[in-house]
Amino acid sequence: MSQKNRITGGLIDRSKEIKFRFNNKWFRGHPGDTLASALLANGQLLVGRSFKYHRPRGVFTDGSEEPNALVHLRDGAYQEPNTRATMVELFDGLNATSQNHRGSLEYDLLAVNDFLSPFLSAGFYYKTFMWPKAFWEKLYEPIIRSAAGLGRLSMKDDPDTYDKGFLHCDLLVIGAGPSGLMAALTAARSGARVILADEDFRPGGRLNSETLELGGMSGTDWAAETAAELASMDNVRLMPRTTVYGAYDHGIYGALERCTDHLADGGGKPRQVLWRIYSRRAVLAAGATERPIAFGNNDRPGIMLASAVRSYANRYAATPGKHVAVFTNNDDGWRTAADLIAKGVEVPVVVDSRDRPAPIDLPGVRHVAGEAVMNTIGRKGVKSITLTNGQVIPVDALAVSGGWNPNVHLTCHQRGRPTWRDDLCAFVPGGDLPVGMAVAGAANGAMTLAAALAEGQAQATAQLDALGIKSTADDLPQAEDEPREAAAFWHVKQSRHRAWVDLQNDVTVKDIKLANTEGFRSVELLKRYTTMGMATDQGKTSNIAGLAILAEERGKTIPEVGTTIFRPPYTPVPIGALAGRARGKDFRPYRLTPSHKWAEENGASFVTVGNWLRAEWYTRPGEQGWRDSVDREAQAARTSVGICDVTTLGKIDIQGKDAGAFLDKVYANTFSTLKVGRVRYGLMLREDGICYDDGTTARMDENHYVMTTTTANAVTVFRRLEFARQCLWPDMDVHLISTTDGWAQFAVAGPKSRDLLRKVIDADHDISNEAFPFMACGHVTVCGGTPGRLFRISFSGEMAYEIAVPARFGNSMMAVLNEAGKEFDAAPYGTEALGVMRIEKGHCTGNELNGQTTAHNIGLGKMVSQKKECIGQVLAQRPELTREDAVRLVGFRPVDRDKKLIAGSHFLNKHAPSDMEHDQGWMTSVAYSPNLGHHIGLGFIKSGHERMGEIVRAVSPVHGTEMEVEIVSAHFVDPEGERLRG
Amino acid sequence: MRYSGFKVLWEGLTGNKGWARVWREPEPKAEYDIVIIGGGGHGLSTAYYLAKEFGLTKVAVLEKGWLGSGNIGRNTTIIRSNYLLPGNEPFYEFSMKLWENLEQDTNYNSMVSQRSILNLIHTDGQRDAFVRRANAMFLAGADAELVDAAQLKKELPFLDYDNARFPIKGGLFQRRGGTARHDAVAWGYARGADSRGVDIIQNCEVTGFQIENGRCLGVETSRGPIRAKKVAMCVAGSSGRVAAMAGMRLPIESHVLQAFVSEGLKPTLPGVITFGAGHFYVSQSDKGGLVFGGDIDGYNTYAQRGNLPVVEDVCEGGMAIMPMIGRARLLRSWGGVMDMSMDGSPFIDKTHIDGLYFNGGWCYGGFKATPASGFCYAHLLARDEPHPTATQMRLDRFMTGNLIDEKGMGNQPNLH
Amino acid sequence: MIIDHPLLGPRDAAEFVYLGDAALIDRPDWQADDAMEQFHSYGYLRDNPAGQHQELWYHEQGDRSWLVVTRNTLTHEITAVELARDVARKRGRGK
Repeated sequence: MSQKNRITGGLIDRSKEIKFRFNNKWFRGHPGDTLASALLANGQLLVGRSFKYHRPRGVFTDGSEEPNALVHLRDGAYQEPNTRATMVELFDGLNATSQNHRGSLEYDLLAVNDFLSPFLSAGFYYKTFMWPKAFWEKLYEPIIRSAAGLGRLSMKDDPDTYDKGFLHCDLLVIGAGPSGLMAALTAARSGARVILADEDFRPGGRLNSETLELGGMSGTDWAAETAAELASMDNVRLMPRTTVYGAYDHGIYGALERCTDHLADGGGKPRQVLWRIYSRRAVLAAGATERPIAFGNNDRPGIMLASAVRSYANRYAATPGKHVAVFTNNDDGWRTAADLIAKGVEVPVVVDSRDRPAPIDLPGVRHVAGEAVMNTIGRKGVKSITLTNGQVIPVDALAVSGGWNPNVHLTCHQRGRPTWRDDLCAFVPGGDLPVGMAVAGAANGAMTLAAALAEGQAQATAQLDALGIKSTADDLPQAEDEPREAAAFWHVKQSRHRAWVDLQNDVTVKDIKLANTEGFRSVELLKRYTTMGMATDQGKTSNIAGLAILAEERGKTIPEVGTTIFRPPYTPVPIGALAGRARGKDFRPYRLTPSHKWAEENGASFVTVGNWLRAEWYTRPGEQGWRDSVDREAQAARTSVGICDVTTLGKIDIQGKDAGAFLDKVYANTFSTLKVGRVRYGLMLREDGICYDDGTTARMDENHYVMTTTTANAVTVFRRLEFARQCLWPDMDVHLISTTDGWAQFAVAGPKSRDLLRKVIDADHDISNEAFPFMACGHVTVCGGTPGRLFRISFSGEMAYEIAVPARFGNSMMAVLNEAGKEFDAAPYGTEALGVMRIEKGHCTGNELNGQTTAHNIGLGKMVSQKKECIGQVLAQRPELTREDAVRLVGFRPVDRDKKLIAGSHFLNKHAPSDMEHDQGWMTSVAYSPNLGHHIGLGFIKSGHERMGEIVRAVSPVHGTEMEVEIVSAHFVDPEGERLRG
Repeated sequence: MRYSGFKVLWEGLTGNKGWARVWREPEPKAEYDIVIIGGGGHGLSTAYYLAKEFGLTKVAVLEKGWLGSGNIGRNTTIIRSNYLLPGNEPFYEFSMKLWENLEQDTNYNSMVSQRSILNLIHTDGQRDAFVRRANAMFLAGADAELVDAAQLKKELPFLDYDNARFPIKGGLFQRRGGTARHDAVAWGYARGADSRGVDIIQNCEVTGFQIENGRCLGVETSRGPIRAKKVAMCVAGSSGRVAAMAGMRLPIESHVLQAFVSEGLKPTLPGVITFGAGHFYVSQSDKGGLVFGGDIDGYNTYAQRGNLPVVEDVCEGGMAIMPMIGRARLLRSWGGVMDMSMDGSPFIDKTHIDGLYFNGGWCYGGFKATPASGFCYAHLLARDEPHPTATQMRLDRFMTGNLIDEKGMGNQPNLH
Repeated sequence: MIIDHPLLGPRDAAEFVYLGDAALIDRPDWQADDAMEQFHSYGYLRDNPAGQHQELWYHEQGDRSWLVVTRNTLTHEITAVELARDVARKRGRGK
């Protein structure tokens, strides 16, 4: 197909041709084109459908503010919905399809909505679809949802990778238009570390779209030359294709760099990089966005912003038509007419809402002053325009200029409010800018080239001054103060047809008036009721006009009505980029136990415990399911010996003269009285008196304790101990270090544990029951001199030890222990068997110490010392926490021993109704006890300690089950604890 | 004016000229029976139920900004009653039942959509806790459904089952949970209250309390003093600031919770999905945007904005469970200031000052509570005794120890 | 946010863990007659100011110092950062 709307000049490379597809039709363009410019050059004006009425739409702008030309880009899993054609660089083989239509783009069945528009006015859905009640989810809502939305996700996993990075600089310059280039140049030549970021692929901003002269050369050349100088400097990082999307606290900016989006094939490189930029100072030089004027049927393909028409003509050598009319309320629109004429495009008329002579002389162009465009005719394009004086003028495109809005967005990200400037008829940045930010150029209301350059230099100099960097500002390049007069003119009142304010969301002038009539008068209510400014362009081309119409309706000025502020991101950011590499298996790091490799080699299955992977059981040949393995492992520990990696338990080394006194404060029970070489169980409370953590703490030496915590709380217990040490008792001589990863620790449990350990621990250490009784601890050496620590502690309830060696020996230690255990039929065991044995013994874990239970609840109320100061002791005594009829931890067994208990069941008395009022408690943990041959459970039940032998109902309505269970002691195995001491 | 499909058709055919104001813009009177401070969701629903259920219409709602400008307009629109504790679950189930009839009750389509809410299960311990919770829900008359990974895969094939860091082992559904159109909830209540005679006064900031001899007699406002027999604070997010004017210190910290919405997309997600192993929850609005959120930023703040680490953390959570959203774009983020209470649960109570009442501490869960919060607060204001489902939501519960700590995180608000 | 650590210089706030009001340093006397009231107030009631706030941050991904940061809760501006131990000692805490 020919590029019928291609004109002369431009910054495209005509020596190369690029083939691309739109809606499965092949087109041609050139390097330097965007998808939008190439479509225009090919005469493809219709590119999409609007959100609500499914109106035909074309390219409206030349930048990231584009509301209409949103397409699906690429295909398969790479399909990217809602992609702005104006921001897509053309590449060979590019494939784009239009979105939001049923049937073809040309014949969209949902265009029927346009004829139903009288019934679909602002907020109509709040007033209907209420009867019959059940129809909302089943009928109305699905219809609305399928018609709504814009693009479609592929529903396949995003195949690209994304990276993240951190950058630091003295001055961040946002925007590489004339003002930003000047600011960056000033700072760079002064030696400051500068980052210059711009969303465009070509630095220069509007200089590339205009025919301005600067410093004796074309603006485009000046931009290219300046960018080249900056790129050559070591202290400058020039970042094209990079959108600074958010201003966060303390000079931190978020930026998205598009690395491979402009390539047919990214070559395996990250598609985009999310940068966090730490700036000491920043200059926002984000330019301005032109705004349209609302008039009848102002949304047809071929109706575009005048500045965009100029960009397409000057930069991209494309025009939307051969006969392009201009409708303007300011001098700037005239430049579009002049530039088009210079390119040989006919401009049949310039309609200027101002009743005054033409600001520039354009021979042969009809000037209609003091009138406006009232309506347009056409369907998938413009055929003619109708003026307020009744004239009908045939055209095939219309350029509209309603003045410029400074891009103040980033100045509002920290709740700054822009202020109104009457002379510009626009909001400019207010006084409360993010700390460290200055604004320059059009973004600050400096609307001419000369002013923008001067302000860029001045703001950079001021920022450098603040940093103590001497600015070496050179003379500014010569530039014009081109005419920029504008009049306030927002919509054409004479229009009888629908006049669009928000193109994408189909919000018309009428909708705004209706919202006002109905009382949605705050600008925020207006937005929410009409959805104005809520589309993917965030109202960049619509908000101010909407505000103006509201102000008019209310007989107030625009600043009286208020402003809308902007929130991050400036333009939408892919969720994949924000997540970076943290997805799939890399979502969070894995922590592996020291014996992980050995476990892998020996049939272990692994389970996630926080960030840890722990062996849950070891499958042996012939075992049919996990229960076989777990039963065997638990039995092995009860009858011979089992070995378990317990490294994940938190370990905290506590040293100092006040170590004992410190432990007395952080534990509910006393540790200063613990003898050297002995271990004690410790219960830790939160300050609110609720159980926090438990574990054992060993006194290795007079001033040296080793604390263990639960796996889950290892990090937070350490944090709290440091809080106690630094903030509560700062003069205590005590020091803490986390050694969780420093020591590999193994439980060796069972009647044969001592026999096994004797083979491993060097012979000069006496570990007989007399020399090393239950709850003893000490330093040992293993395997001929490797240092270790031995603790005679038991979670399983068997005679048991925990042996620790430096972590680097952990895997070997596991192998050695198992090898040495062969003669005893030793079995490694995982977390499941560990769980079975601890339930058999009635020990608590996270299911019981869940942050809601007290020492009183778990039967350890007496452990909370009132004789010495300790965290939690006072608030633990609150009346509701010490009620006699509070829930208590007890054991449960099914009356019918064949039944399986369910953790999470609730208890109800035998004949009580099944409701919350009669809830007696809940089952916390269950297991099949291979020792007892039936299921057992732990749970909390009201006054449980006084109800031994009582039968209650354990109900689990979510499973539809209910069974009778007997309340028993939580100590199912060896209640007297004789095995421990054996 | 009654809204209906017929009315919409009629107006459409006659040029949409007959639509009237949805609410009046009255001047404040010198005195009311009850003054409600805060024209957000809870304040408006309180006014609505005071008028409708308790016949009290000499009521004013004072709103500093525009109605619905607080957290009712800046949340992730989720409704659910999947709580655990007796102090909470009956209340939230009461709220759910009010949601289920809201549109017919208020004659305003708030788009209550019972599209279901799912909590993903990743560990056995989590499953045990969810079973306990599910059973508590049943005991309180709510619904719950436990599903395994295979069934989940049929319903939600796009979740990451094979490559996840935290493998999905199943989920807990509440099928009656879902979403509602948040702004419309405020508007529906406002319209209903206004039409029954309640004065909703926007742009009226309370600047002080008239307190004499331990009794509250009214408020000072930016539009003059207003006397009232009862004054009802209902300003979650700003509770600390407003209560300070009455000399009260509260068991509350103010924190910011960010929320996010993507560009509009064709139907992608059927219901609400919650990923607890990361910090991410998501649903899709009727307009097509993915509405999602995660953790609070975690530091005290009154600024309605957050910072980057949480933005990235939330998106990581999203990509971890549904990597098909990578090419959807985050369109807008915003922050709402939360009353984070000391046990993660709210307050609906009298204060120690006669005639002054307090509703707040909703943490990040206030939206779903909007109907019941209003109903129960209205009950308390009208009858001076708590509604049966809100008896534990007392300000003195930290003195007695009758905590409502769903998560078991203790007295550190940013952990709830 | 960036916290200017008194020992380590400016660090990203993401390296820190936040606890809350620095009044948590002022732990009451457990043996006072009204210990329960004092602990209730200490544990549960907060000034929660809109403005200057002294608060505790812990440098978990760093040197494990607890810091007292003076930060404005409306603007997030940080005006002072001190080691919590120094503050605690100044407030009379010892062993």
